[in-house]
Amino acid sequence: MASIGTAERPLRVAVIGSGPAGFYTVEHLFRQKTYTVQVDMFERLPTPFGLVRYGVAPDHQKIKNVTRIYEKLARRPEFRFFGNVEYGRHVTLDDLRRHYHQIVFATGTQGDRKLGIPGEELQGFHSAREFVAWYNGHPDYAHLTFDLSKELVAVVGVGNVAVDVCRILLKTREELLQTDIADYALEALANSNVREVYMLGRRGPAQAAFTPPEIKELGELADAEVVVLPDEAELDELSRRAVEEHPDKETLRKLEILRGYVRERPSGAKRRVLYLRFLVSPVEAHANEAGEVDGLKLVRNELYMTEAGTLRPRATEQFEEIPVQLVFRSIGYRGAPLPGLPFHERWGVIWNKKGRVVDPESGEPLTGLYCAGWIKRGATGVIGTNKPDALETVECMVEDVEAGRLLDPDAPDPEAAECFVRERQPNYVSFEDWKIIDRLEVERGKAAGRPRVKFTSVEEMLEALRREKAAVR
Amino acid sequence: MNVRTILATKGSDVITIRPHQAVREAVRLLARHNIGALVVVDEAGRPVGIISERDIVRAAARHEDRDVCAMLVEEIMTRDVVTGTPQDDVHSVAHTMTERRFRHLPIVEEGRLVGIVSIGDVVKAQRDLYRGEVDTLQTQIMADEPQNAS
Repeated sequence: MASIGTAERPLRVAVIGSGPAGFYTVEHLFRQKTYTVQVDMFERLPTPFGLVRYGVAPDHQKIKNVTRIYEKLARRPEFRFFGNVEYGRHVTLDDLRRHYHQIVFATGTQGDRKLGIPGEELQGFHSAREFVAWYNGHPDYAHLTFDLSKELVAVVGVGNVAVDVCRILLKTREELLQTDIADYALEALANSNVREVYMLGRRGPAQAAFTPPEIKELGELADAEVVVLPDEAELDELSRRAVEEHPDKETLRKLEILRGYVRERPSGAKRRVLYLRFLVSPVEAHANEAGEVDGLKLVRNELYMTEAGTLRPRATEQFEEIPVQLVFRSIGYRGAPLPGLPFHERWGVIWNKKGRVVDPESGEPLTGLYCAGWIKRGATGVIGTNKPDALETVECMVEDVEAGRLLDPDAPDPEAAECFVRERQPNYVSFEDWKIIDRLEVERGKAAGRPRVKFTSVEEMLEALRREKAAVR
Repeated sequence: MNVRTILATKGSDVITIRPHQAVREAVRLLARHNIGALVVVDEAGRPVGIISERDIVRAAARHEDRDVCAMLVEEIMTRDVVTGTPQDDVHSVAHTMTERRFRHLPIVEEGRLVGIVSIGDVVKAQRDLYRGEVDTLQTQIMADEPQNAS
């Protein structure tokens, strides 16, 4: 019999998750020339592309263009997409083991890190991750509500997600109309009473995780002014020295942009204000009689240097209270355990070495199981960071094929796999189906003068698909 | 990006040795695991030193009359070890390792050794970060071109 990875017996790979990590894994699998590979991609939602669709801000359409690269891969005959099929619900690890030689988990992160302060469970204290999923029309989050009748808002964190949340909260209806933000979010945000937003960083301006283009964009908002308080823009001694000794372009550029926002108080030229605050950490959220957030207590931090040279925040004895009624925590995403896979609680990832899933006890690889992206390394980096990450995983996969360390599926053929998927989920969505949904969304957008108008429930998507297919027939 | 990202795909198993073990055993462990340094830990698992290839070579040069392999780890290990935490920034760790000329950083959390990061890990993490950024820009430029052009 021919060996695995040849035209007669292609290597059969299942990829779970269709975000950037999943597609870059596919790209590297197709790019290597040693083995013939067939890939089936499984996605919980009917729509592919993960956080490109549901995480990247709706006013950053250019970044979403990366999907064209993924589409090119998806059009290859050795690739199939099984959307609306959930791992752990429709298909289990044992099922996949029966049909594939290798299984890659690229499921991303479904949770977020908590601050761990009193009052975090109050009404009005939200996770930025959920807010982002909501305004992007993610079907699992479309039902959420955020009380935008409140005027004062805090966003905890200074990463690019925090910046996205601030920007979306502060945009006008006209600005939002140019995006593919979910219709319900557009209405809610266009009618919001939000007047002031406080973005809170626990370290100083030199350590903030946001990137220069992101904070520059904040200064270009139509009806919101950015304010950095003079004493918080000033670098402390340790930061000043660090910047002098290791001047990197990005930090210098960030500081330069921030200097442009320094003023004692808003000029009043715009209706809304965004305060970028530094060296403060929330310690407690207070409640009104209704159990809603009513005030956030902050502690002032100072920086100290760790043994290894990092500047970290340390609380002082100085406190202040900001009268916010809505809080979004945005201090990082976190993976959630997947059925049948060892989960590293401390790092919030699947136990792995370079993308090979390993047994936590022995440290030995579990044959045929791999991971890529955020569920492998944690939530860091930009979209492209997943490319070298996926390459590392694929290199391990190729090595294991060479060594013959593979699963031993009893039905390793495409027809058998499709049969079993259909049996578990008769309403699975193929890539051609997705392209119909895509076209319908873009058409709806055209009618409204917007990039697209998203379907925000699975039923809605499947119904549109049924109607469209019936019409063609 | 912080050290935690490196540890996430590296595993938390750190090869350790005790101060009273012989250098011979350290040499065996270094060879078997194909690594450059071992963390020396006390009974409680707290790092008390580090023994690297360099320490062994230096000891061999210094004690030409002795069998270095028969010496004790604590006799030749480096005692003042700089340790890191999972929250340390990869960039600052890179600067510190370069400036202070050491190549292995034991990572400690709540008094427990949870991993070790080598200069190689740090360089790779920075390279991947940089590659990722370049790639994001590249894909964006490519994706912006008219579709039929490709």
